[in-house]
Amino acid sequence: MDAIILQVLNGLDKGSAYALIALGLTLIFGTLGVVNFAHGALFMIGAFCAVTLSRILTLSHTIIDDTKTDFLGNPLKVEVPYIYDIFGQATGDVIIDWAVPLSILFSIPVMVAIGFAMERGLIKHFYKRPHADQILVTFGLAIVLQEIIKYFYGANPIPTPAPAAFTGSFDFGAMLGFDPNTIIYPYWRLVYFAFSAIIIGAVFAFLQFTTFGMVVRAGMADRETVGLLGINIDKRFTIMFGIAAAVAGLAGVMYAPINSPNYHMGMDFLVLSFVVVVVGGMGSLSGAVLAGFLLGILESFASMGAVLEVLPGINQIIIYLVAIIILLTRPRGLMGRKGVMEE
Amino acid sequence: MGILEVKNVGKRFGGLQALGDVNLSVAENSVHAIIGPNGAGKSTLLNCLVGKLIPDTGSVSFDGQSVLGRKPYEINQMGISRVFQTPEIFGDLSVLENMMIPCFAKRDGAFELNGISSVSSQKDILERAEHMLEDMNMADKRHMTASSMSRGDKRRLEIGMCLSQEPRLLLLDEPTAGMARADTNNTIDLLKQISEERDITIAIIEHDMHVVFSLAERITVLAQGTPLVEDTPDNIKGHPKVREAYLGETQTAA
Amino acid sequence: MFGLTKKDTTLLIIVAVLAIFAPFILNPFPEGSAMAQFNAGYPDLMQRLVIFGIFAIGFNILFGLTGYLSFGHAAFLGVGSYAAIWMMKLLTMNVIPAIMISVIVAGLFSLLVGWISLRRSGIYFSILTLAFAQMSYSLAYSVLTPITGGETGLQPKVDDPRILDGALQSGQTPRANLFGLEMGTSYEMVVGNWVFTFNAGYYIAAIVMLLAFYLSIRIFRSPFGMMLRAVKSNQQRLNYTGLNSKPYTLAAFVISGMYAGLAGGLLVAMDTQVGAERMFWTASGEVVLMTILGGAGTLIGPVLGAGFIKYMENIVSKINKSILEQWFAFMPDGMEDFFITIVYPFIGKGWHLTLGLMFMMVVIFLPGGLVQGGQKIAGLFRGKKASDDAADGKTTPAE
Repeated sequence: MDAIILQVLNGLDKGSAYALIALGLTLIFGTLGVVNFAHGALFMIGAFCAVTLSRILTLSHTIIDDTKTDFLGNPLKVEVPYIYDIFGQATGDVIIDWAVPLSILFSIPVMVAIGFAMERGLIKHFYKRPHADQILVTFGLAIVLQEIIKYFYGANPIPTPAPAAFTGSFDFGAMLGFDPNTIIYPYWRLVYFAFSAIIIGAVFAFLQFTTFGMVVRAGMADRETVGLLGINIDKRFTIMFGIAAAVAGLAGVMYAPINSPNYHMGMDFLVLSFVVVVVGGMGSLSGAVLAGFLLGILESFASMGAVLEVLPGINQIIIYLVAIIILLTRPRGLMGRKGVMEE
Repeated sequence: MGILEVKNVGKRFGGLQALGDVNLSVAENSVHAIIGPNGAGKSTLLNCLVGKLIPDTGSVSFDGQSVLGRKPYEINQMGISRVFQTPEIFGDLSVLENMMIPCFAKRDGAFELNGISSVSSQKDILERAEHMLEDMNMADKRHMTASSMSRGDKRRLEIGMCLSQEPRLLLLDEPTAGMARADTNNTIDLLKQISEERDITIAIIEHDMHVVFSLAERITVLAQGTPLVEDTPDNIKGHPKVREAYLGETQTAA
Repeated sequence: MFGLTKKDTTLLIIVAVLAIFAPFILNPFPEGSAMAQFNAGYPDLMQRLVIFGIFAIGFNILFGLTGYLSFGHAAFLGVGSYAAIWMMKLLTMNVIPAIMISVIVAGLFSLLVGWISLRRSGIYFSILTLAFAQMSYSLAYSVLTPITGGETGLQPKVDDPRILDGALQSGQTPRANLFGLEMGTSYEMVVGNWVFTFNAGYYIAAIVMLLAFYLSIRIFRSPFGMMLRAVKSNQQRLNYTGLNSKPYTLAAFVISGMYAGLAGGLLVAMDTQVGAERMFWTASGEVVLMTILGGAGTLIGPVLGAGFIKYMENIVSKINKSILEQWFAFMPDGMEDFFITIVYPFIGKGWHLTLGLMFMMVVIFLPGGLVQGGQKIAGLFRGKKASDDAADGKTTPAE
């Protein structure tokens, strides 16, 4: 029992990331009808927003500290972050420590701007082109984006720690009455899950309760009719693309402490997220979220020692295997709508 | 016993009974029209005949053999060719190639892995396709890309493609929908000529009464998924039930 | 000639001439000159040019003719490579059985993958193939390590059984050969300052490529090829014309899988090693790019695309900062630095950035690839005449 709970928990953080990326993919696909292979790159750029902000915050200048001396007796040169000059050392340290959560604020305008630029500059011209062309051009864009990041940040993963307050682990086992230390779970992963849940909730609420969201949902169901009503659907869809980019970016920002950002993390997640979208059902938002968590948890179960003994390597392929079975038995995915992406 | 026998066919989509209890017999070498107001179930019925839909109840047999459960290509190979509402042709291929493909289907069946010999060495197919193009008065267009032709020419090509398979039954789904008057009249003349010159049965679904009364020998009127009446054109014109259900409004509209 | 039309024969002859004289064509600059780094006439690169040409020719039979976009073809190349290397370990270092088995195994594997993936079309098909390729890659890296060598990959070893070959003495290395002719054998011709290398492995690969190219012309011009184009154009009409589109697409899929296996077997024949990264999905993306860049659905496009990309990859990634400084040395200092800063990200390790940009540019501005670009330019020169036969030219796949 405790093992099962542990695996469910372990699946949550990856599942959250899948769900958030898949949600953005589905929003873009459902509204704009575009298959966006560059969506993983947006996730990756989000993670690098966190890296960037923590670098900006630790930008330093050198001062000579007269109170300390080095071993030769000369006054010691120390690096002092600019942030100390503004807020003082104590507050400055806290701000640096909280770089990742602070990046949320930093990343939203950045991601929305990137999203707008992408949609207006590139994607817009591909609405009427075949899906194969859309796949190919966004695939090219994904390569370009990740290579730009690689140029500026190098090829190695960049550790980006969570605030010190979240570095420990939470002992679920003790709380639920199992032996202590059987179900321990890092705080930050818990935060990530909660954060994802809030974002997902916010997106759904936005679509459900605002006029804007209503138009977008109507557009997803029947674009032509909404266009005929004289509503400027294109402008709204541009905004939708910005939102989808922000969702992917936020998923990346908060994921940085879990997995040190590297330039190819976007591609790794993209392939799986596409599989998630297909399993959930192309064009179904709730399907994307459900499938994201489901596959994340499934993957974590497949990584259990007991399972691997019986089926070695199953953790590597379980998601693909499920996708193949789903596609063959339920072509529309778990919650897919009729008529989406069928000939 | 007709060449096409539809017995007690019913089809339901969720809560909608699209076809109630359809019985229909199409006599060999006749021109049989199926008419009815929008939503009468004409297209559903047609889709049940060609394998796109499988009816919930009843049977459909062609020349004594059941067509139910067979794939569209198998039904075609039995001798039923279908013309679509909007012309379905191979837009990227040349007109001549369009005409050759059904000839290959007729000669080689549903699948033949002939990857080595060149198309231009298939003299019999070429001859047959050229001949058909001449019959259709399209020989001068043979090297055009099919998608670049006018709608009327596409329709003509599609009918020609179907005929080149020498089908025993030709199904037409509103063949003149969206056509200009001149194109419509050309199509009527073409179909008349076909039915006179060939041993072929034609079943036609049509909205345009002008087309129906120019061509059909028998007419079935479908309303709300069930056949209302079946008779000759003259009797249908005067039939009170039909007037009430359908014709009155259409005639004034036309 | 060879059952081809005059136009196609000309095309085949052009490709054959290019392949035969590649050691000259690709080595235009004298040794030791500043431009010598742009020479590509060395065996390793020339082999890869033609082998990836084969890969792309095969991919084009599927994607160019039927329009089904597979994102998993590198898996077939990888499977072919593994099969070939096992032939070399178990049977003989002669490349013939290795290449034959790689085609067969890749064919069987693509039959399985195709049979499942082709139940869906459009983007679902692309994702299914991608899923299969990623599965193969993951398995090759982990569980299948006894067969694939995992991270280290596989090479023939001195103490492998090799039933048909005599035992090697210690110190000898097993070398791939064709009835005794080693793949690495080269003849160097020195003409003045130029050195031209004629390599046995390259010419064997080139002959195979020419055969593969010839076969693809036959397929393009055959009734089967016409049916595949009909699948792309209007699958519904095809099915209502009494033709079963499934076996046609499956046959195209398997043929292109066998081409990929052939390329994989040849790669092993040349460098006698294989690793799982050959199956990674970026490798699948690369063959898509080669085909698109050259011109999908055209005969010569994939060959051009493969050659272009492999050549560029090799050249661009060799350029470094000091070479740039040489180039821009004529400029005033400030301007020189500026240009170097601009160009630097795209060269050397930045090759993938250039590749990605090229990919986007081609899809955006030149969906028909280099072949279409060439036709457009030729059209400009020929002026009105070109527009006259445009209608005719569109109906047959361009060369």
